[in-house]
Amino acid sequence: MTGLRPVFFAARLAWRQLVHDRPKLLAATLGVLFACVLVFMQLGFRDSLYTSAASAPLKMQGQLFLLHKQTEALWRPVSFERSTLMRALAVPEVRRVAPLYMSLGQFKNMDTHVQRTLMIYGYDPNAELIQIDQFESFRAALQHQDTAIFDVTSRPEFGPIQELIASGRDITEINGRKIKLVGTFSMGTTFAADGNVVMSDLNFHRIYPSRSLDQIDIGFVMLAPDADIAAVQAALLRLVGQEVQVFTYPELLRFEQNYWEKSAPLGFIFGFGTLMGLVVGMVIVYQILFTDIGNNIPQYATLVAMGYSHSYLRHIVFASSIYLAVIGFIPGVALSTILYGVAEHSIFIPFPMGFDRIVSVFFFILTMCVAAGLLAIRKLKSADPADMFS
Amino acid sequence: MNMIDVRGLNFAFGEGELRRQVLRDIHLSVDVGEIVILTGPSGSGKTTLLTILGGLRLATSGSVVVLGEQLVRSDAATRHAIRRQTGYIFQQHNLFLALTATENVCMALELHDRFSEEERVAAAHQILTQVGLGRHLDYRPAQLSGGQRQRVSIARALVSRPKIVLADEPTASLDKHSGHDAVEILRSLAKQNGTTIFIVTHDYRILDIADRIINLEDGVIN
Repeated sequence: MTGLRPVFFAARLAWRQLVHDRPKLLAATLGVLFACVLVFMQLGFRDSLYTSAASAPLKMQGQLFLLHKQTEALWRPVSFERSTLMRALAVPEVRRVAPLYMSLGQFKNMDTHVQRTLMIYGYDPNAELIQIDQFESFRAALQHQDTAIFDVTSRPEFGPIQELIASGRDITEINGRKIKLVGTFSMGTTFAADGNVVMSDLNFHRIYPSRSLDQIDIGFVMLAPDADIAAVQAALLRLVGQEVQVFTYPELLRFEQNYWEKSAPLGFIFGFGTLMGLVVGMVIVYQILFTDIGNNIPQYATLVAMGYSHSYLRHIVFASSIYLAVIGFIPGVALSTILYGVAEHSIFIPFPMGFDRIVSVFFFILTMCVAAGLLAIRKLKSADPADMFS
Repeated sequence: MNMIDVRGLNFAFGEGELRRQVLRDIHLSVDVGEIVILTGPSGSGKTTLLTILGGLRLATSGSVVVLGEQLVRSDAATRHAIRRQTGYIFQQHNLFLALTATENVCMALELHDRFSEEERVAAAHQILTQVGLGRHLDYRPAQLSGGQRQRVSIARALVSRPKIVLADEPTASLDKHSGHDAVEILRSLAKQNGTTIFIVTHDYRILDIADRIINLEDGVIN
């Protein structure tokens, strides 16, 4: 036998043996499918965590952002002096600056009266610091005392706010103070906050009376349209770099993602989960391949007696493992796609099933099956035709 | 012309204290087309002799010439070449349960580059018809009786028209009737093709098909 012929014949024999034994095929498929779904879910949770971590800064509109030097993550900023932000106006390309106040606060469910924590953003409604659709329609109402708008992508535990507002029940309590909800918008939850509320800077001060408006959390810097962002950033660093960090928009996103990847041990947790899924899948596939070789030792020994080489037998095992990878992966992708949808609906965090994700998980599963095959081929040594004669 | 020519063959398992001599000074020659049955009690060394003739075990003393090749102290490639020209029939049928009779027989032909898929299937159908399984071409082993399975394995051993067929207790797992049928088919096909057959057996019911019967006892031919 020469060329690819033995590989083809071995692959065909492996295929015929695989489809002949349906219960075994089902067991193997379920094993690979299990590993596949586990890996997809671990990676999905990890990615959705990172994406959702950045979903808050994603909506922030500005060219440069000032944060206190000690601020580690956007969901728990360290306040700094408003006057530091005002000094940025000294740079000629800076058009406007605006402070953002943010803090976790207590929001009362109007039906159950249970208080839950969400993120409260406060800023001058004329500034439009956060991208909100049809913000102009809320602007006037937000300038009234004790008003706010509510993020409808917040977790359902806060109550069916949209329906409640429509039915005329629009007064709730935030930090124990009666607040009128004058509208809803879509922003997205994060792992740090189950929901979001936006209000004016003055109303923010009313629910946090102990906080001075001179202590701000994020400073937004808006530049002239043709300004060189990097040059202004350098200028600002020279000016106020002693007190604050100065980020561009992409840097702000990376800053927030970095926090979740590095400061929190999340990357490790999900990486470990992925690895465990692959190990379990490998053990199942190994068991099936190993048992199958054991059951076929007389046949394989007969092939060796006829003049087949041991590499032909190895081809049979590797072909089987590749078939199992493919056969288990296809329903695995389908089931994972469904589960991604379920997860997206129940925890309100995006679960994207991208093409690169599918390719990389297939590569993991293939590696897992081939590794199982590598472990199982040791069993082929017992296919010795001299032992076949009684 | 001798297909098999053995001179002064000795063979032992183990070393030193554990050394156990199983074949002593064997002299044997088998002609083209001859059917030889080797009998003897258990442990007489007959299976060891068969595995040496088939290139499955390496002997280190004396001379064993099969199909013109010296097998004593031979390299793996020589023994591999001999194996490809030899048909093997075992006590158990050793058929792939997942494959039909035709596909099992084709396994012996896939080893050789010279056939196309159609030629392989045609040859398999022809030999299966010759062993009386023309109506069972696409049956799997589980759907066949013990005698039918052994006839499939005979077909597999003969389909590539080997010069030599080695059989080890081919009737041991069969009843008297189907056992005798199986070896009778083996005999008649061998006679048609001039195939040399070397059978090791305990089964005295099939001795009548042999041209010559050799009795081995304690590693010595009587």
